[in-house]
Amino acid sequence: MKLHEVYSKRIFRDYGIPIPAGELATTDQEARQLAEKIGFPVVIKSQVLVGGRGKAGGIRVARTGEEAEKHARDILALTIKGLPVRMVLVDQAAEIKTEIYLGITNDRAARKPVIMASAAGGVDIEEVARETPEKIIKCQIDPLMGLQNYQSRDLAAGIDLPREHWRAFGKIAHGLWKAYWNSDATLAEINPLVITGGGELLAVDGKMVLDDNALFRHPDLEKLRDTDVDQETEIRARENGLSFIKLDGNIGCMVNGAGLAMTTMDIIKLFGGEPANFLDIGGGASAEKVAAALEIILSEANVKAVLFNIFGGITRCDLVARGILDALKSVKTEVPMVVRLVGTNAAEGRQLLKDADMETADTLAEAAQKAVAAAQSN
Amino acid sequence: MSILVNKNTRLLVQGITGHEGLFHTEKMVAYGTHVVAGVTPGKGGEWVLSGKIPVFDSVKIARNATGANTSVIFVPARFAADAIFEAADAGMELIVCITEGVPVSDMMRVRSFLDQKGVRLVGPNCPGLLTPSEAKVGIIPGNIAIPGNVGVVSRSGTLTYEVLYALKNLGMGVSTCVGIGGDPINGTDFIDTLEMFQEDPDTEKIVLIGEIGGTDEEQAAEYITKSVTKPVVSFIAGRTAPPGKRMGHAGAIVQGGTGLAEDKIKALENAGVKVADHPEQIPELL
Repeated sequence: MKLHEVYSKRIFRDYGIPIPAGELATTDQEARQLAEKIGFPVVIKSQVLVGGRGKAGGIRVARTGEEAEKHARDILALTIKGLPVRMVLVDQAAEIKTEIYLGITNDRAARKPVIMASAAGGVDIEEVARETPEKIIKCQIDPLMGLQNYQSRDLAAGIDLPREHWRAFGKIAHGLWKAYWNSDATLAEINPLVITGGGELLAVDGKMVLDDNALFRHPDLEKLRDTDVDQETEIRARENGLSFIKLDGNIGCMVNGAGLAMTTMDIIKLFGGEPANFLDIGGGASAEKVAAALEIILSEANVKAVLFNIFGGITRCDLVARGILDALKSVKTEVPMVVRLVGTNAAEGRQLLKDADMETADTLAEAAQKAVAAAQSN
Repeated sequence: MSILVNKNTRLLVQGITGHEGLFHTEKMVAYGTHVVAGVTPGKGGEWVLSGKIPVFDSVKIARNATGANTSVIFVPARFAADAIFEAADAGMELIVCITEGVPVSDMMRVRSFLDQKGVRLVGPNCPGLLTPSEAKVGIIPGNIAIPGNVGVVSRSGTLTYEVLYALKNLGMGVSTCVGIGGDPINGTDFIDTLEMFQEDPDTEKIVLIGEIGGTDEEQAAEYITKSVTKPVVSFIAGRTAPPGKRMGHAGAIVQGGTGLAEDKIKALENAGVKVADHPEQIPELL
C-alpha cells in the first residue's frame, strides 16, 4: 500500500526527520488561508499516488495569497494519469542549495533491507540506477541489529557530503530506518533531501510503501489508504479476500493459486485470446467466496467467456463446484463458461458440474482453447 | 533416494488443531508420512485423529517426547515467525512453513536468525514437499505424483500440481517435489534446491518452475551454467502480467524493469535450459 507524500513525511517527522512546515487543503480558499499562515513563498503540491506530478503541473510555487488560491484551484481540477487530485499539500518553500537522495528498501537478493544514498537527488532514482549506478552508495542492514552509525557515516562519505552535515545526516538516516522498520515499509524514501541556504537538512519530498501483509499491525496506517488507485472491482475483491487485477481482454479467469492464475492468463494469450483479469481465489475458498469472485468477474461488461481453472490442493474441487453452481443461481448470465477441475475431490466436483450441464475440460490447453472459441463466438 | 524428506522423516505439525492443520495432517498420515506429534500452545495433553497423534504445548517438549526431526507449520501469518523461531530453537533439522501472508520484515529477521543457526527452512507461502511413496510434508495432493527420477522445484503451488499431474499422465515419476514458495524473501531458494538435486543420485532430470518478480531465476541460470550437469526444463509464469502490479504472490511483481518473464526465459535459455510455452509441454521437453 502506497502512502501519500504528506502522510509519509508526517511519519518521518515523528521519527525526528526535519520536514517543511505544511498542511493539507481540499479547497482553494483553505489553501490560501494555510499559505498565509505558513508564510510565502509556499509550494502547492497535488497529493496523488503517481510519479511525474511536477511535469503534469501538479506542483507550483505561490508567492501571494491570490497565487496560492489560483494554483490550488487549478491543481484540484487536475486529473493526473487518471487519478483525480482531491487534496493539496501547502508546504513552506525551501531555499534549495543541494539535493540528495536517501532511501531504504528490501534487497530481495540479499534477503535484507538496503539503505541507499546518492548525491544525484531530486531526479528519478531508478534512472540514476540504470544510467550511472556508481552514483548510488548502498549498504545492507542486518535486520537483527538495525542501522549502525558507521553505516550512515559510510553513506555520507560515499556521496561526498561535507563533514559539517554528517551528524544531521546520521540522525536523518536513523530516523528513516526506524520509520521504515517500525511501519513495516517496503520502501521509505526521501527525494530530495535538501541542504538549504541556511545549511539545514530538510526532507522536502517523501514516499513510503507499506507491506500489505503487515497492515494488521498498523490499523492506523491502513486508514490512510487511497482507493483512487484501485479499480472498483479490485476494491470489492479485496473486501472479499480475493486477489484480483483487471486487464484489458475479454476472457474472465477464476483460478486458485497465483502462479496458476498467471499461467492461465499466459495460456489464453498463447491460444489467441486475451485475459480480462487475474483472479486468485486463494486457498480454502468457500462457496460464498467463489460466488463473490464470479460476480466480480461478470461485473466487467466486456467479459465474453469465463474460464475456471481449479487445481485442488487446499481448495477442494467439490466445494468449488458447489460455489460455481450457487453463484450461478444468484448471478443470472448468458456468458459461456468452461470449467476445469483437477486434484482433491475432483471427481465429485466434475460430476456436480456435469449434472448441471456445465462445459468441462480435462487439460489446461483444452480449457484455454474452449474458452477462446467461446469468447470469439459470443 | 530423494532430498529433504523421506521414510525417515519424523514430522511434527505446528498448528495441528487448527482447521487447515488438522485437515492436512489427516491427508499426510493417510499418505504414509510419519506424523509423530502436533503442537498447539495451550492444548498440550490432547490427542487428534482419534487418539493417533499427541498434541504438545511446545516444540521442545514435543521433540523430546517423540524424536521429531522435521516441522511443518500451519499457524496464522501473524504467529508464523514465532513458530519458525521456536522450531529452530528446539533443534528441528528442517522447517516447512505453509502459511501465506507472513510480513516481509518478519521473514528478514527469520532469515538472519536461521542463516546464523544453519537451519533449513522451506517456504513460507509454499505447498511444501513431496517425495512420492515416502513422505508428504505440506499440502501437495499425494495422488498426482508417482515415484521417479525427476526433481521438481517451484515458486508456485497449484501450478506445481499442474506439472506433477502432467508428468504422471505420461508415466513420468518424481524424486522429490520442492515448493519454495511465492514470497519475496523465503528460506530455501532455487540454487539450494538445484545443488541438492545435482548431488542426489536418484534425480536425473530437473524441472524448475519460476515466475515474474525478483532475480532468483536469473541467479539460478548462472548457477546451472556453472554447477548443474543434469538436464533442466523450465516454465516461467507471468508473460502477460502488467508491470507494477502484485500478481497474488507477494513476490510476483515486475518493478523498475526487473523481474520480467522474458528476461528470466532468456537467462535460462542461455544456460542451456529448455523453457516450455505452457506447463503441459514440460513432459515432452524432458
